[in-house]
Amino acid sequence: MPARVLVAKPGLDGHDRGAKLVARTLRDAGFEVVYLGIRQRPEAIAAIAVQEDVDVVGLSILSGAHVALTRKTHDAMVTAGGGDIPLVVGGTIPRVDVAKLEAAGAVAVYPTGTPLESVVDSMKELVAAAPR
Amino acid sequence: MDDGGVHSESGIPLAPSYGPDDLPPADDLPPPGVFPFTRGNFPTGYRGRLWTFRQYSGFGTPEESNQRYRYLLEQGGTGLSVALDLPTQCGYDSDHPDVEEEVGRVGVAIDTLADFEILFDAIPLDQISTSMTINGTAAILLAFYVAAGEKQGVARAKLRGTIQNDILKEYVSRGTWIWPPRPSLRLIADTIEFCATDVPRFNAISVAGAHFRDAGANAAQEMAFTLMDGVTYCDEVISRGRMTIDEFAPQVSFFFYTHGDFFEEIAKYRAGRRRWAKIVRERYGAKEDKSCMFRVGCVAGGASLYAPQAHTNIVRVAYEALASVLGGVQSMFTAAWDEPFALPTEESTTLALRTQQVLAYETGVAKVADPLGGSYYVEALTDAMEERIVEIMADLERRGGMVDAVEQGYLHSLIADEAFRVQQALDSGERKVVGLNTFATDEVPPEVEGFELDEAGRQRQLERLAEVKRNRPAGEVSQTLEALKKAAATDDVNLMPLLVDCAKAYCTVGEMVEVLKQEWGEFQQPVVF
Repeated sequence: MPARVLVAKPGLDGHDRGAKLVARTLRDAGFEVVYLGIRQRPEAIAAIAVQEDVDVVGLSILSGAHVALTRKTHDAMVTAGGGDIPLVVGGTIPRVDVAKLEAAGAVAVYPTGTPLESVVDSMKELVAAAPR
Repeated sequence: MDDGGVHSESGIPLAPSYGPDDLPPADDLPPPGVFPFTRGNFPTGYRGRLWTFRQYSGFGTPEESNQRYRYLLEQGGTGLSVALDLPTQCGYDSDHPDVEEEVGRVGVAIDTLADFEILFDAIPLDQISTSMTINGTAAILLAFYVAAGEKQGVARAKLRGTIQNDILKEYVSRGTWIWPPRPSLRLIADTIEFCATDVPRFNAISVAGAHFRDAGANAAQEMAFTLMDGVTYCDEVISRGRMTIDEFAPQVSFFFYTHGDFFEEIAKYRAGRRRWAKIVRERYGAKEDKSCMFRVGCVAGGASLYAPQAHTNIVRVAYEALASVLGGVQSMFTAAWDEPFALPTEESTTLALRTQQVLAYETGVAKVADPLGGSYYVEALTDAMEERIVEIMADLERRGGMVDAVEQGYLHSLIADEAFRVQQALDSGERKVVGLNTFATDEVPPEVEGFELDEAGRQRQLERLAEVKRNRPAGEVSQTLEALKKAAATDDVNLMPLLVDCAKAYCTVGEMVEVLKQEWGEFQQPVVF
């Protein structure tokens, strides 16, 4: 069974080029991709992640609000019973914020400039490390 | 597309060299200032008037933004470009529970007219032009601007500026949509009519291909999609039968990204200018030359900038700025080199402005109109670009036009395909980018301080909103909102005067948006990747 990944953009930022590139690259790499699109509420992302029984949740954020939105999504996932699903974050993220994102619940962070193949490899490792 | 030969970034095949046979017939290439304006809108190019240096700016609270605007004007900026935060762009007030982390983040937070009064404090609105990157709530922000002008004692007729007000591209690539396409087009047509009659020096719409480009479209697609959007808006106004094209076309402007393929970008602007002139004359029967003129603003930067070896972006922006000027743009924003990582600092923003100033005052490129006119290559590439634009537009027309292409996700898929193709070309090294896949080093990207909205600023904004709500005349609020709701349920009342009434009664952005949502519903995004 292919690994399932949910890709979504929380918050109001509509820049979805990166999210779509990642979604397509993951699909080509054999993942089953649940792509939600932009302007998703953290609670909706969490509910769908649990309902669809995904292996990884990926957020893309370019507005600068990544720390708060990651924390909200993580908390919503815990509340929804999906606290064990790895949460990863990509976007316009200064390196000083990587630790803050990890503290907010992200297990991997992909700042601007991360090669797509690194994203795929990282996701594959996460799925392999946490068989569900 | 790739036959192993050499081609432009949009896929136009390029010969090793060009000669006299590649020039268009002389009739197609009249001097600058003559229809169809391939060589520019004005006979003397930039001698009469330089392009506007317009830096995008706006941070946090209205007080902070006001300080930044005054600084930019003192430094020689000649127009303001207001960045608004996402809640304002999507129609939420700062106190909406879903948006707390976005208040004042990518721009200034505006909830009521009171915020505009602070934003433009000591900035005489009859002496500057203000460009607002606002779409979903553009009509509301225009109403605020008109009301703020009146508070300063400035007549509507003296206000100058632009609202972006281009909703079609929001559905596809930028995402600040609110209502579905049909009522949104009606509201846009209302603003176009209102500007034509009441605010004649204000550009009611800046049709913005830039965001198609940043989402992945190539230069030819960017221009073609944008012209199709322009046609859709003009069709909407004309179909009402209340105005002729000559009454509003001079207030329609356009906005693009200039990326790295130097000559293709120049050809894009020249071809777009010619195509739009022909469309306005042939499709709508424009009689006035100025209706046919393609007024263009641009950004040098965006997705053409990269994070590795980021200072290299200063060089990229400079070349892109040069291409923009050789293409004949009327206003330009030069992006800061740190944009791929963070919101720009005052230092990087100033350097970006200096890049334009060097171009304008030191290089001499502005001395002669259309310096590349008659170049075998540039003219041939302009022709090829126009041909490509015509093909793409015809394809969209065959599919039922832009609204259908948007609702069905067709445009989304074209752009996602192109973005993916480019990413593959970057990954394979077929498309070379210095520092990224060529001459890459282990250099760690410089750490950039991003702008953090201080919590105190957000609290001030919330307090002001609460205070405005306490002190405003409650009766007027409900009356003006009720009048807006009633008018929105009809389809032949212009909503702009009603929005101005709401603004003066200190209704919030969110309140006006909500009333219209009740009548019109919300857009459902097609999910295509």
